[in-house]
Amino acid sequence: MVRFENISKTYTAYRGKPGVNALQDIDFAIPRGSITGVIGRSGAGKSSLVRLINGLEKPTTGRVIVDGNDISSLAGRELRLAQRSIGMIFQHFNLLSSRTAADNIALPLEIAGWPKADIKARVTELLALVGIADKHDRYPSELSGGQKQRVGIARALATRPSVLLSDEATSALDPQTTRAILDLLANINRELGVTIVLITHEMSVVRQLAREVVVLDAGHVVESGHVADIFTHPRHPITQSFLAEVIGDSLPVSLASRIVTEPPGDGQAVIRIQVRGAGAGDTVVARLARELGLDVALLSARIDEIGGQHVGSLVLGIPSREDVPARVLAWLSQHQFPAEHLGYVA
Amino acid sequence: MSPELINLIVQATFESLYMVGIAALLGTAFGLPLGVFLATSRKGELFAAPIVNRALGIVVNATRSTPFIILVVAIIPFTRLVAGTSIGSTAAIVPLTIASAPFIARLVEAAIREVDGGLIETASSFGASPLQIVFKVLIPEALPGLLLALTLAVVSLLGYSAMVGAVGGGGLGDLGIRYGYQRFMPEMMLAVVVVLIALVQLVQSAGDYLARRVNRRLRHH
Repeated sequence: MVRFENISKTYTAYRGKPGVNALQDIDFAIPRGSITGVIGRSGAGKSSLVRLINGLEKPTTGRVIVDGNDISSLAGRELRLAQRSIGMIFQHFNLLSSRTAADNIALPLEIAGWPKADIKARVTELLALVGIADKHDRYPSELSGGQKQRVGIARALATRPSVLLSDEATSALDPQTTRAILDLLANINRELGVTIVLITHEMSVVRQLAREVVVLDAGHVVESGHVADIFTHPRHPITQSFLAEVIGDSLPVSLASRIVTEPPGDGQAVIRIQVRGAGAGDTVVARLARELGLDVALLSARIDEIGGQHVGSLVLGIPSREDVPARVLAWLSQHQFPAEHLGYVA
Repeated sequence: MSPELINLIVQATFESLYMVGIAALLGTAFGLPLGVFLATSRKGELFAAPIVNRALGIVVNATRSTPFIILVVAIIPFTRLVAGTSIGSTAAIVPLTIASAPFIARLVEAAIREVDGGLIETASSFGASPLQIVFKVLIPEALPGLLLALTLAVVSLLGYSAMVGAVGGGGLGDLGIRYGYQRFMPEMMLAVVVVLIALVQLVQSAGDYLARRVNRRLRHH
């Protein structure tokens, strides 16, 4: 388990650069064996946060506890020993160009002082685990991005760490390769029980892989919890903006341009319904039509799945005559569907 | 050209190779660690010691800005202390080493600084000690650059070695001055220049070849 206790991290002013409060009041725990996404915009403090876990950076105040060890209080040899139980993978892979895939994976084992024969056996095992057994003698310049990251993952797992830190590990990869690497990480988590901490600015990474999420903004944790809970009920604007990246809360241009604020003589009222939760959106259109006896037009819809929960929105067109819009909104609110009246179309 | 003269050229060539070879070895022995330290001891770096770094930097610059011929004369007492004499090829190795070590150090520093800082962070992340980072990451990754730096140093040493004739150091440069210039034997001058050109070509080609062989960065299938 990784626990942050009252962490703050301040970079002091240096050579004309102003000081920065990178992290403040950080206090949360990452459960053992979980896959936790830490998401934030650039400059939110993600990199500092992850580097506190493996002691590459020291907190200004507070403690970071990893597997019962106060990593922030360790230094020198003790810190280096503790670091062997925390693996890390990087956006730009950071492989040694002078070593083959196998020798790159062997590096942390050499540093830990393993005997040669054990290193050889372990490297073979790791190459197979990450699915590149045939790349044993290849140099990084001969590997694709995805293959390089597989070498990076094997290297990070070499010393059998309990925690694997991923610093934007898929940000330099194309979508297809990203998916394959995320699948590999999910397998590793399932089979080896390694706790995975994913630093990312990409909502798609959190959505595909993480079960827990921590949303960082300007050095503060603004929300944290189960992915499904956080993204079905996002409270903070930054969380909402990340969610919008996936489900897109903007209307199709052809629809948006036609919306007017005054009801036309004979047209439709435009209502947007937020869909949150398992199966929430399945029946709303049918029930609305049946129970209120209305013609309901589906103008636009977008529903996605995050953490097993449906998240998205439906944009409906209903008759604009008389009190119909008001009745529909009342019905929706009574059945706990968050909805808003966007306007009218002719 | 008479056999005696050819013999002189052969002997001078060996003297030059002896001086340059030993000076390059000693210069590297001092220059490599010095260069690695210079590249890793600024504020926030692996062996952070900013004051020592700056002090060494000043010493290195001072040595490098002293004209070689003045360095040779100025350190004669030191040369006598180390080599037992201040005359001859062996004595000449002392100023050649002192001139080449800071030069090599700066070249090594530049080559080491070329190594991606992310690799240092990566090695630190899995618990490598600073010395392990130097020997397992920085030097192997900088090896192509280091070999080219050493090549450049040897070529420069060949040039410097021509000046140690001033203190009786012998070698090709000395031969060229005494026979080619002072005794007005242009064919001797030409022969010396041709041998020097051939040596520089040989050293440079060997250096380029080795640097290419160890460079895995650009290999493709």
